[in-house]
Amino acid sequence: MTDWLGPEEWQAVALSLQVASVATLVSLPLGLFIAYALARWRFFGHGLLNALVHLPLVLPPVVTGYLLLIGFGRQGPIGGVLYDAFGITFAFEWTGAALASGVMGFPLMVRAIRLAFEAVDPKLEQAASTLGANRLMVFATVTLPLALPGIIAGLVLAFAKAMGEFGATITFVSNIPGRTQTIPSAIYAFLQVPGGEESAFRLILVSIVVSIGAVLVAEVLARRAVGARVDRS
Amino acid sequence: MTLTLAIQKQLGEFALDVNLAAGAGVTALFGRSGAGKSTIIKAVAGLVVPDGGRIQLGESVLFDSQANIDVPVHKRRIGMVFQDARLFPHLSVLKNLRYGARFSDGSVTRGDAVAMAELLGLGDLLSRKPGSLSGGEAQRVAIGRALLSKPRLLMMDEPLAGLDQARKADILALIEKVRDVVGVPILYVSHARDEVLRLAGHVAIISDGTCLDQGAPQALLAGSGTAGLARTVRARLVLKNSSDGLSELSLSGGRLFLPQVDAPLGQALSVEIAARDVMLSLTPPEGLSALNVLACEITELRASGSSPFAVDVMLRCGEDALAAQVTRRSAERMGLRPGMPIYAVIKSVALAQTSGVMDVVAI
Repeated sequence: MTDWLGPEEWQAVALSLQVASVATLVSLPLGLFIAYALARWRFFGHGLLNALVHLPLVLPPVVTGYLLLIGFGRQGPIGGVLYDAFGITFAFEWTGAALASGVMGFPLMVRAIRLAFEAVDPKLEQAASTLGANRLMVFATVTLPLALPGIIAGLVLAFAKAMGEFGATITFVSNIPGRTQTIPSAIYAFLQVPGGEESAFRLILVSIVVSIGAVLVAEVLARRAVGARVDRS
Repeated sequence: MTLTLAIQKQLGEFALDVNLAAGAGVTALFGRSGAGKSTIIKAVAGLVVPDGGRIQLGESVLFDSQANIDVPVHKRRIGMVFQDARLFPHLSVLKNLRYGARFSDGSVTRGDAVAMAELLGLGDLLSRKPGSLSGGEAQRVAIGRALLSKPRLLMMDEPLAGLDQARKADILALIEKVRDVVGVPILYVSHARDEVLRLAGHVAIISDGTCLDQGAPQALLAGSGTAGLARTVRARLVLKNSSDGLSELSLSGGRLFLPQVDAPLGQALSVEIAARDVMLSLTPPEGLSALNVLACEITELRASGSSPFAVDVMLRCGEDALAAQVTRRSAERMGLRPGMPIYAVIKSVALAQTSGVMDVVAI
């Protein structure tokens, strides 16, 4: 594959996979928490939190990217603190691309997981607590396993979104080959130069293959998750 | 292990204000649906938080609004069998059975679970998933699962609802077995008289959010068909089908005349008299068609749980207890008070054979 893809194209593919995986896995714990909170808890600001989570879905991506640049740039209120405390830089780095694509995929992840949590019958959770399980154990042994297929679906949606994210990423971290140039940015860049169509087309093929692959892998994982529960019993 | 509770809870229009006790064996909460039975056991389980009051199980206080005690559900160690079984669909029958064990003291082994499965007749189902079980099988697993969590009290919320007659009989027999073999106290919610009469040693009658009455099921429930206030008196058949077709029963404090008593002479019978079928008279009634008049003494007056306009009048007739329900106005006009002699005019009675089969007899 390295022969077929040029070094610049290969870089873009590798970076995209890295960015999308990190974005998805890092946002999963927060996604689980927020999805559970939205599904099960009634609290002040419920509607506001819901709107906030969905914001990246409805805002123009360029706006989200610009807001990230203001907030997470090295001079930004959040980015500055993170740099001083941990030395983490987002702006114009692959970490920034991961942040941008994570934020853009977050609404999709939360929606899918929230639906999965809402589909778990609270009566089963009650039954578990009468059997002596505390809240954490109820979550770990009843809620989570029953919601697993939906959680996997949420992960795949977020991963696919992260692979394809363009607007917010290019606004936040620009389009630097080898550092922030993901597949969509690379396709865009190749289409801007004469004779770049061939490279662009190869990357388009790669995106199609990766997207279909992600969906297939998710299917298998979901089936495995259900199957493993059958086998263990 | 005795459960005592006195709790209040407002749920929209519905007010629960109940006071009751349950000891060893099976205690039934009996009443129509919507009477508040399920809310009571949810409060005991900790799934509903009362507005006020106190719940105590043995030595441990589960809830006390004044002392600000509210033990979390998972620490109450009260087993719950729900009407809809609520098995975990992602776990096998064996894993469902063992679910509670890991949180109790961990001393329940796989062998214990298998032994429980044998007791409940589930031996062949251990590797199955709940989705493939019938209603009766699922309820058996639910009972086993609750028992294996080593509860201090087992509560069952209409466990037979939704089962057909044959399955009902199975599960009833099983609950009897649990009662007799396992020996855990059971709080059993039901609106079916036959279940309560068969299982329970004690019954609390719940109506409109209060406990109307509690006592032996045979005394409180025999015959009435409704969950109203009633009392059962012991009688002996002394004269069968005289020339006008009436039979005579002797009571400790009088006689009753009933038509068509189908029992051998000398047979001991239980006769149930519903409070709403008893009229009261200050003097021996004359010029009335009613044959059955018993001379009694008032032992207690109390506000009726079933109607705000009525008063429950507790009576003693010889060695037997009777109850009458009269309007508040009548009670005031007649000047009823404890210790007063009074005549009870009985409109109808129900005969209870020892088997628990009842015939209502209008007089």
